[in-house]
Amino acid sequence: MQKTMKNKISTMNKNTRKNLITYAIVIVAFAVMQSLISMGRVSSLLEGLMVPICIYVILAVSLNLVVGILGELSLGHAGFMCVGAFASAFFSKCMRDVITVDIVRFLLALLIGIVVAAVFGILIGIPVLRLKGDYLAIVTLAFGEIIKNLVNVLYIGKDANGFHFSTKDVMALDMEPDGTVIVNGPQGITGTPKDATFLIGFILILITLFIVLNLINSRDGRAIMSIRDNRIAAESIGINVTKYKLMAFTVSAALAGAAGVLYAHNLSTLTANTNNFGYNQSIMILVFVVLGGIGNIRGSIIAATILTMLPELLRGLPVSDYRMLVYAIVLIIMMLFNWAPKAIEWRERYLRFGRKKKEAVQ
Amino acid sequence: MALLDVKNLGISFGGLRAVNAFDISIEKEELYGLIGPNGAGKTTVFNLLTGVYKPDSGKVILDGQDITGKKTIDISKAGIARTFQNIRLFKKLSVLDNVKAGLHNKHHYSTLEGILRLPGYRRVEREMDEKAMELLKVFDLEKYAHVDAANLPYGQQRRLEIARALATEPKLLLLDEPAAGMNPNETGELMDMIRFVREEFHMTILLIEHDMKLVSGICERLTVLNFGEVLSQGRTSDVLNDPQVITAYLGE
Repeated sequence: MQKTMKNKISTMNKNTRKNLITYAIVIVAFAVMQSLISMGRVSSLLEGLMVPICIYVILAVSLNLVVGILGELSLGHAGFMCVGAFASAFFSKCMRDVITVDIVRFLLALLIGIVVAAVFGILIGIPVLRLKGDYLAIVTLAFGEIIKNLVNVLYIGKDANGFHFSTKDVMALDMEPDGTVIVNGPQGITGTPKDATFLIGFILILITLFIVLNLINSRDGRAIMSIRDNRIAAESIGINVTKYKLMAFTVSAALAGAAGVLYAHNLSTLTANTNNFGYNQSIMILVFVVLGGIGNIRGSIIAATILTMLPELLRGLPVSDYRMLVYAIVLIIMMLFNWAPKAIEWRERYLRFGRKKKEAVQ
Repeated sequence: MALLDVKNLGISFGGLRAVNAFDISIEKEELYGLIGPNGAGKTTVFNLLTGVYKPDSGKVILDGQDITGKKTIDISKAGIARTFQNIRLFKKLSVLDNVKAGLHNKHHYSTLEGILRLPGYRRVEREMDEKAMELLKVFDLEKYAHVDAANLPYGQQRRLEIARALATEPKLLLLDEPAAGMNPNETGELMDMIRFVREEFHMTILLIEHDMKLVSGICERLTVLNFGEVLSQGRTSDVLNDPQVITAYLGE
């Protein structure tokens, strides 16, 4: 009895310790980068990458909730980011002159982006989560593309009479001469205030981690993972499969929305194209998750950071002509490091990574 | 009144009548066996009782409550828990978490309490830990509490599945071939354990089994299924001596 209690406490600490290390890595990385930036030791190119890194870390961690913890392959993550980005940019642009305190306006925009993305998560999740595996992947991919394309035909203007909507062109908005176009179809939203900073991105990462890690280590997280491991058994012990699948999917979408808000407020022009909100982006995020280790939150953070920085860092090296080639090689090396049985064995023996050797029972 | 009362239960898959006119009545704290040749429809009966399939005829009454055609979750909440013929554990969760997942509907706190780590979370999680450890101790699994379920040896996996089922605090426990793949020694231990579970938890147990030593050793009554129909029903010794059962299943 004494022994088991002790055992229990030590392992509970182990779990918490693992999470604390993850927080610590993020905080230390932020502190180091921030001080390097303030000392002027960082190129402007790299400095400009700080907010994108935050965005991709949030995206990767949130996608890992669906792919790693719920165990369903979603290829529409960029779609939710898109929704969050446009909803918040729309708000910020409208309120630019009304709310003059930047931080208040940004926080409200953040809230709106998150809520709208969460609503889309629920709406898309309800039909999509009836599917499994490849089918789910294909349908989420389609939904991501649909969102992107819908945004591209959306025209919204505002004049003295209020808001005008159209899906045709600016003329069809039929506004008074004093009206302004807010969302201009494929040209998107211009003039969004640049409110996103490295500090805000860093705080959002911490909040994302807090939500995701605490969710995983709770009653709900256990239910979600039990569905992943065996849906039939989960049902047989009375776990509401639909509810928990939807919960994971929605939380993930909401966090992707937060990343979208950050994205929208880091650029003055927001457009929806294949590279930022299309399937390329969704697959890029999935690459971070897979390379960081499916279900491994800390891995997602590291992979997203390295792979976002890498192409830019390689620019400065003599190999810059072969930048994309090197990038591909790094992808392969990371994959081998994470997934090859020999590499895992080597890693467990020499690196340990704060993890005990797999406890085998005989 | 019987704890489980099933009348005229039946289901067809296409043209095949998999289970037909199935009746069974199980008393509280009874150990009841369901036997029959392969393909007789035994697991289908379990799937009908637990809501995996919806019956197209008949009624299932559990402790006075009509649960016919209800969803699996509702049947679990009403008080039927089961194990599976091919073990279905949550492999990447620890042994402790497998049992805690079973406690899901008995111990509540909200999602917000969980994410914000409010006092409710700490209190309920502690309760769950204690409850789960108690159950693990009953099944002699407490030293494996933090091992992934996938890394348990086969026999322990079977026991963990029963522990997880009991965590839902069922009125009726369904065991689908609990002794499958076990050697005679392990089967002997399993028999002791099933008896123990019945006494310790005042549990009513319905089990499917092919191992006649186990069936005749612990079951008080038996139902024999053949081609989806009840071939014989009654006290174990009577059923096992029924000439019909001997020809259809046991052999001379």
